[in-house]
Amino acid sequence: MNRRRAELFWFCLFAGPALLGFVAFNLWPMLDSLWLSFCQYEVIAPPRFIGLQNYRYLFTYDPSFWPSVKVTLVFTAVQVPLAIGAALALALLLNQPVRGRGFWRAVYFLPSILPQAAFAVVFGYIFQADGGLLNRGLALFGVPGTAWTTSPTWALPVLIVISLWGFGYPMVIFLAALQDVPRELYEAAHIDGAGAWARFRHVTLPLISPIIFFNVVMGVISALKVFDLAYAFSVAQAQPTPGGPARATLFYGLNLYEQAFGYFHMGLASAMAWLLFAFILVITFINFRAGRRWVHYGD
Amino acid sequence: MNRRSTPATLALYATLAFGALVMLLPLAWMLLTSLKTYPEILRNPAPWLPARPQWGNYSAVLAGFAYYRFFLNSVFVAVMVIAGTILTCCPAAYAFAFYDVKHKDLIFGALLATLMLPAQVTVIPLFKAFATLHWVNTYLPLIVPSWLGGNVFGIFLLRQFFRTIPRSFIEAARLDGASEWAILWRLVVPMSLPAVLTVAVFTFLWSWNDLFNPLVYLQSESLGTLPVGLLYFIARAEQLTGGSIGQVPWHLVMALATVMVTPVIVLFAFVQRRFVEGVAASGVKG
Repeated sequence: MNRRRAELFWFCLFAGPALLGFVAFNLWPMLDSLWLSFCQYEVIAPPRFIGLQNYRYLFTYDPSFWPSVKVTLVFTAVQVPLAIGAALALALLLNQPVRGRGFWRAVYFLPSILPQAAFAVVFGYIFQADGGLLNRGLALFGVPGTAWTTSPTWALPVLIVISLWGFGYPMVIFLAALQDVPRELYEAAHIDGAGAWARFRHVTLPLISPIIFFNVVMGVISALKVFDLAYAFSVAQAQPTPGGPARATLFYGLNLYEQAFGYFHMGLASAMAWLLFAFILVITFINFRAGRRWVHYGD
Repeated sequence: MNRRSTPATLALYATLAFGALVMLLPLAWMLLTSLKTYPEILRNPAPWLPARPQWGNYSAVLAGFAYYRFFLNSVFVAVMVIAGTILTCCPAAYAFAFYDVKHKDLIFGALLATLMLPAQVTVIPLFKAFATLHWVNTYLPLIVPSWLGGNVFGIFLLRQFFRTIPRSFIEAARLDGASEWAILWRLVVPMSLPAVLTVAVFTFLWSWNDLFNPLVYLQSESLGTLPVGLLYFIARAEQLTGGSIGQVPWHLVMALATVMVTPVIVLFAFVQRRFVEGVAASGVKG
């Protein structure tokens, strides 16, 4: 009895700050944001309840909402498979008996921890039309370059390419999972006459499927939230408003930031935030349902 | 066996080396550009290598643009955020690892669920609240959340690690009359230094690289951290050159970017093995 009360006391003391932070910086703002999404709130006057009008405006009138949804979905649909594929391919390479595995792993991981703002700026220079590194490289092969960053067609692909430098987290996680696959399984498969592809398809893939699943979910969630990269890229390209050219890189997170802190349409931006949150919840849920079918959770 | 594997091995190393080159290319080009002169930058095409490395570019931006201020601001914020994270996440992780309290797992689940909550959802109410407290344009909105266990991922990682410590160790220390506070900081934390280090590095990266929060909360230029400072500099350079990207002093911009990136690389060089293993463990166990 005494012990239980003592434990409760210490629990409250030790976990208290974190629980307070949970309420103050997560739970309360989450609910307040939901409330604000039903309000007109432009900072100068207190929030005024307007029902679903923010949502209706976003879906029917707002000229920037659907373009930003499209940009974000295209980015996610292209970037996540490419990044996960690259991460898995490199993890498989590094899982071979290579010398200096730690060194290679560090080199491939490094770009993932560098500030995205710096990366966006450096790549802006590399992709420059006149004398940019890429166009000069292409010229060596006689391929004509183009104005990558100012072209509405190419600006989004450029951002996808830049973000592909950051596959370090899934790569490292794949590598750890691959090293957990018991060697005997490969030996058994080898004795049964399975080739390299068959061993990958029937031994490796089923065993690491939970990890693929985990990495895809994490990759999708972070792709939907892209901000730093797109904002810094816009500034480095001297775009009059972020998200150019012609809204080609107006990511959802960027659009939301502009609505909230550029135009102070905070009610509208809250509605956007809740749509994003709801979408993330649905995607995660669907992933878990779909995952149950093809992910192999064996012990 | 050996004869057959030689070409394959060669191909493997060639692939790895080529890939590594591609990965490091942007960093190399950043560094090379930062050492050129302005005339070299304006030449089209710019030379591959600077005729003579202009290390003076660094002192020019650090002093001339007062970039050292942004650097010190970033250091200050990062140190405060790391201190708060370690001081509040360690006890929280200990509490969730070792105390039997009703609904403990439910509460922990709720904490973990906040990892799915995008910052875009919470930023507007928080901005509103911080504005009422007159905290906007101070460092408090960046620092205070970390002093209230703001890094849930850190709590998770530490708890995973703490749970591998046998309970008998804790019980023995209690029998010796050690207080819970002493058990945490003198026994559990020293035994978990790799995990604590991983969390500290994560927190550093998160704080150092963050553009979103400083952009929202810091309005005066003099308070800015490095990522905002870099963008201020570019915006100003674009104004000075009439918005022509071709004339932006890219050598100075790249010097700024190098200053921002170097501490991360140096830190990574020291801790990379532990840190990468911490990352790997988080995914495999999570």
